[in-house]
Amino acid sequence: MSGHSKEFPITWGMVIDIDKCTGCGACMASCQTENNIEPQPEASNKLRSTSWMLVYELTNDKAFPDHDIAFLPRPCQQCGNPPCVSVCPVVATDKNEDGGIVSQVYPRCIGCRYCVAACPYHVRYFGWYDPVWPEGMEKTLSPLTSVRPRGVVEKCSFCHHRWNLAKDAARASGKNPDNLDDGAYVTACVQNCPSGALSFGDLKNPKHKVHELIKNPNAFRLLQRLGTNTQVYYISRREWVRKLGDNYLKSE
Amino acid sequence: MEEKRSNSAGGVGGMVLFALIGFVGALVVGWVIFPKLLYSEKTQPIRFSHTVHAQLGIDCEQCHHLGPDGRFAGLPTTESCAECHGEETGDNSPNGKEIDKFVKDYVKTGAQVPWLVYQYQPDNVFFSHAAHKGFECTKCHPDVAKTDTPPTYYQNRVSGYSKDTMKMWECERCHASMGTSNACYVCHK
Repeated sequence: MSGHSKEFPITWGMVIDIDKCTGCGACMASCQTENNIEPQPEASNKLRSTSWMLVYELTNDKAFPDHDIAFLPRPCQQCGNPPCVSVCPVVATDKNEDGGIVSQVYPRCIGCRYCVAACPYHVRYFGWYDPVWPEGMEKTLSPLTSVRPRGVVEKCSFCHHRWNLAKDAARASGKNPDNLDDGAYVTACVQNCPSGALSFGDLKNPKHKVHELIKNPNAFRLLQRLGTNTQVYYISRREWVRKLGDNYLKSE
Repeated sequence: MEEKRSNSAGGVGGMVLFALIGFVGALVVGWVIFPKLLYSEKTQPIRFSHTVHAQLGIDCEQCHHLGPDGRFAGLPTTESCAECHGEETGDNSPNGKEIDKFVKDYVKTGAQVPWLVYQYQPDNVFFSHAAHKGFECTKCHPDVAKTDTPPTYYQNRVSGYSKDTMKMWECERCHASMGTSNACYVCHK
């Protein structure tokens, strides 16, 4: 499976330091506003609500003196070998762009939800309701992300419109749009993380911070043994957190 | 027998005539009546003459420029037009009257002119003018520098888009011939 992984000269990736995450949810809130996700009609119903970026609470399941918790923010993992792409009957989602971001084209999506079932990370959301903004709140809509109708699937796009803007800014200042400086393009969640748990950059560019971060011995990826070859890395100095990143047997 | 034969000959002639009428009728419906039904015609709020401004030696980029962050500034604001047209001229020529109308309705009230943009793209398209800077403007836009009266704006009654909006296959064809990626996220947001 991993043999079919697609490689791109630019590979945008996120590195999430779980030990630095306080679980404040600033990444989730900034994602909702950046990407025009409407106020959820029933946010407590997790099967019917949308959150491209979601913070999970992890626990080591031990009693008081040894009890420990951690928070795990989960954007789209942008798999190198995405299970969602191969199941899409209408090529509404694809991984064919420089940068390795898995695209999702809403006007083409027919809402069959094969991809929702195929994604091992639960990053894909189906729009169950017509998006409605209460009066006055429509002023918060961003022109940089298109609004999705009811009945299509959506997911985190690594705020790729910000990449387009960063390329334009590079062109305007006479720089190379294909070799952006570290920090010229970051997602909304990374920009707004108050504890610095999230980092973003080109995993293949030695001038970018994330290029070094993923070499950390404490770095791991979620469900790595599936061979999805994701572009989101996690770091934790705690072994029980790293163990939760995949389905380990008791004997391992 | 002979009568029958002449009858059948007349039948063939009649059929050819009917086919011709039907063919011409279909052409008229397809090329004249249907477009009239599909598109509503609109005129610009101000009869802006690009010719007059081009003859003064003003470049396209002086009014339609890129911002410092590489984003396209689009059409000039009322304020930037008012740098030259701040006061009513009192001129009775057709152009003078149009300038006075602009000054009275927009400069004095501080309102922006609701220009109709021939090439607005749908909501889910990210078009970068900075990336296409190497091309002549007229490669995609109508050569308005040669128009004294702005061309009629045809609005699709179903989609609400302008007839002149570039279609996706046109973008894709040029990208393919230039060797540029046609991946979804290159243009879509």
